[in-house]
Amino acid sequence: MFDRRLIDNFDWILLALLIFIGLLSVFNLYSATYSIRSMGGSQIYIKQICWHAIGFLILLLMTTFDYHVFDRIAYPLFIVSLIFLVAVLNLGKVTHGSQRWLSLGYFSVQPSEMVKLSIIIVLAKYFSKAEKMGNYRLRELLIPFILIAAPFIMIVYQPDLGTALILLIVSFSIIIFVNVHWKSIVIFLSTALLSAPFFWAILQEYQKKRIITFLRPDLDPLGSAYHVTQSKIAIGSGLFWGKGFLKGTQTRLHFLPQQHTDFSFSVLAEEWGFAGSAILLFLYLFLILWCLNIAKNSKDKFGTLLVVGIAASIFWHLTINVCMVTGLLPVVGIPLVLFSYGGSSVISTMAAMGLVMNVSMRRFMFQE
Amino acid sequence: MAWRSGFDTIEIEIYQKRLTRLTLLVFIVFGVLFLRLWFLQIIDGPKYRIKSENNRIDLRDVLPFRGLIFDRNGQLLVDNRPSFMLGVIPEDVRNLDGLIDDLCRLAEIDGLSAKKKIKEALKYNPFNPVYIKKGLIRDELARIETNIFSLPGVIIEAKSKRHCIYGPLAAHLIGYLGEIDKEQLNREEYKENKLGDFVGRFGIEKKWHRYLNGIRGGEQVEVDAHGRRLGVLYQKSAEPGFNIYLTIDKDLQMLAERFLCNRVGAIVAMNPNSGEILAIASSPTFNPNDFAKGMDKEGWKKIVSNLYFPLQNRVTTGQYPPGSLFKIVVALAGLEEGVIDPYEKIYCRGSYDFKGREYRDWKEEGHGYVDLHRALVESCDVYFYKMGQKIGIDTIARYARRLGLGVKTGLRLGDEKEGLIPNREWKLRRWHVPWQEGETLSVAVGQSFTLATPLQMVRFISALFNGGILFRPQATKLIGRENNETIFALKPDVVGRWGLKKENMELVKKALLGVVNEPHGTGRRAMLDQIRVAGKTGTSQVIALPEKRELAKARDVPYKFRDHAWFVAVAPAENPVIAVAILIEHSGTGGSVAAPIAKNIFEGYFAKLRH
Repeated sequence: MFDRRLIDNFDWILLALLIFIGLLSVFNLYSATYSIRSMGGSQIYIKQICWHAIGFLILLLMTTFDYHVFDRIAYPLFIVSLIFLVAVLNLGKVTHGSQRWLSLGYFSVQPSEMVKLSIIIVLAKYFSKAEKMGNYRLRELLIPFILIAAPFIMIVYQPDLGTALILLIVSFSIIIFVNVHWKSIVIFLSTALLSAPFFWAILQEYQKKRIITFLRPDLDPLGSAYHVTQSKIAIGSGLFWGKGFLKGTQTRLHFLPQQHTDFSFSVLAEEWGFAGSAILLFLYLFLILWCLNIAKNSKDKFGTLLVVGIAASIFWHLTINVCMVTGLLPVVGIPLVLFSYGGSSVISTMAAMGLVMNVSMRRFMFQE
Repeated sequence: MAWRSGFDTIEIEIYQKRLTRLTLLVFIVFGVLFLRLWFLQIIDGPKYRIKSENNRIDLRDVLPFRGLIFDRNGQLLVDNRPSFMLGVIPEDVRNLDGLIDDLCRLAEIDGLSAKKKIKEALKYNPFNPVYIKKGLIRDELARIETNIFSLPGVIIEAKSKRHCIYGPLAAHLIGYLGEIDKEQLNREEYKENKLGDFVGRFGIEKKWHRYLNGIRGGEQVEVDAHGRRLGVLYQKSAEPGFNIYLTIDKDLQMLAERFLCNRVGAIVAMNPNSGEILAIASSPTFNPNDFAKGMDKEGWKKIVSNLYFPLQNRVTTGQYPPGSLFKIVVALAGLEEGVIDPYEKIYCRGSYDFKGREYRDWKEEGHGYVDLHRALVESCDVYFYKMGQKIGIDTIARYARRLGLGVKTGLRLGDEKEGLIPNREWKLRRWHVPWQEGETLSVAVGQSFTLATPLQMVRFISALFNGGILFRPQATKLIGRENNETIFALKPDVVGRWGLKKENMELVKKALLGVVNEPHGTGRRAMLDQIRVAGKTGTSQVIALPEKRELAKARDVPYKFRDHAWFVAVAPAENPVIAVAILIEHSGTGGSVAAPIAKNIFEGYFAKLRH
């Protein structure tokens, strides 16, 4: 039944990191939505507490069985998540002009969040089974490309270009990690560049417009460019120690857009200054390094690849989000995982962290 | 187990190496992020701190210029005029009570409610202006402008206000604007609009709102702590709306409205060969400029409680018994079915007995021997009682629908009523009692349940004279912008064809010429010297008053029991270029009240064409 060694090997440090980030997230959301609340707005931070609590339960649940179960059910799981994506395109709710949410009675889910995890699992499985040890050629990567393309196209179609981008970057990170022959990378990039005009030509006018605003949001001076201006003022005005809890003026006056989701980092940076934002960055840095350490100690390839993929996902979310709110990258609508508000995102990330924990706990175990 | 994919030693080494490299990469990227934050928060921080405390970046709307509305000849009907609004930015106010006192001295404002509004806004939206008076008059504007520096937080904004140059002219067609409501905010059509915007609420203003509206621009303005503008960081100019050219002729419209003055009724003129509406007038009317100011409760109450419903467009939604106009339908149905022999003569002695009841003719002494031609020219009721009974209600109803009555014409300008063409099945369904044969007689002369709108009648008379083509009436000629970008241009839209025998239509057309031009014709007062007019009078009874006949003069009958006067006509009869339908409520007979109006309208129209 349940092995005692599992409890001995429980990764308390990982758990502590997640609890810290979760607490910061809730405190920050409390502040970010403070002024809305006084107008009778929603209790977003309470919901976030619930999401984190559910997330921790799922994390614990994910540790109760051997992660190799996922090795076996990788493909069925992937197909189920694709079915959800198809469903969302047909039955999904349209909010802000795109179809991302699937209503399941009492609550809605974002199937694209589920796909982000299942693509990591399925790629980890594929490469752990491969005979080769690196130096992949393009034709040997045909199957992974198909696996990536299927959800990618559907997410672009929703359209949720930010999530599609993350999916692509995380998947490519895994492929680069298993090592691709340098010639293949050159060929791939040049083909992609050469075929881009062709794909551009077959796009509809409105699709082109959508991609342009995605890549060049600064062309919209009243939308994204304005948000970035305000976000930079918020972050910069925090100075070293910040303005203090609930004292952020940019936040209180709603100058920041989506201050509980994509721009939640700006709220923290304004109120807690460089000190606060550095602490949050250190927590994430520690989390990512800890994951890489777990990957290093894993007893098999599947475990290593799985954890590397999950670590890459967190790394890219964080990097793109922070660059976005500090004006280094266009505003592409990518949240800061675990820290921004969002049920689907918190739960799928916690499930992923459960897998990391699982790999960590079973690093000394040998299968009979 | 199947999974056994553990590492061998070489693999472990390779992976360890890659993971070390990966860790290095993570450190580098985090280094960049830390540097970026250091740069923003420590090096540039003080600059941003000042910005966040003293200055702020506001988003200000730049409202688009709403498209203009012209008549068919390019005469401007509706434009935009500046209107000045007094606003207060709550955050910039130093001493609210003092400010309100000052403002009360400078302009006529409701100090108490303004104070309340500002206090309210201070709580959650202190940087958005609160408007405390719209439409400042010139003196107020001058007084406030001169004192503006001692009034921190006060702003004056020019906003454009819709202005109908001719006031109530074509009000029912043009329509009016009103502040957008919650329900509209969620609709695709209004995606360019925000709370507080004025949007089309009625008529053309509503129908083409999305084109008239234009696209809103905006600017990012840097404002200092005193609310003064320091500069514009970014801007996006607004795109003006499209202009609209209507099909109506301003002069003809004015003429039509002049004849409706102090009367209740409707006049509609149409090009019979295309369905273009040349004039569309409904009385009583209203002035859209009253709405542009923002209608106050008092004004709104006055309009809504008016007994004659000035907001109703009687051309499209006024349903009246067609009276003798309906005899044309019966004549065509009878001829087509072979029931009416046009040369057969029937004796009219002033009334008709049917099932023990006496059905009266409007002419007490009777018309004597009449054939179809005379029956139409003199509008003999007895002839049509008899023919109607012979044809039967269901056949009459079938023809009426085929000729375009009892169905919407499809003008697509707000609400349109479809009138009513009764038949046996309808009566059973609606009233749960079988059809009475006597009712067929009433229907044959356009009474009983029969109802039609002036718009249906003008299309009906048009079709008779254009060879039986039913056009969809249209009121928009062109939608476009100055740079010749056209997004809509009128094309005649044929929605049906009568498919009747030509000789039958010719017989009826000849009779309608007689109505106006022959000695005993009921519409002689529409006769013109040089142009031959063809038409038909109608007098629809509002209520059958047995004692009405006994009253010597029409003016002795109480207003609400007086007959409606109808007249439909085309000119010139050989090759018509204009068709009209005129209905004057509770005024008397069609021949005496409505026909002379048609004459004047034709005169005016042809005089203009000659010039």
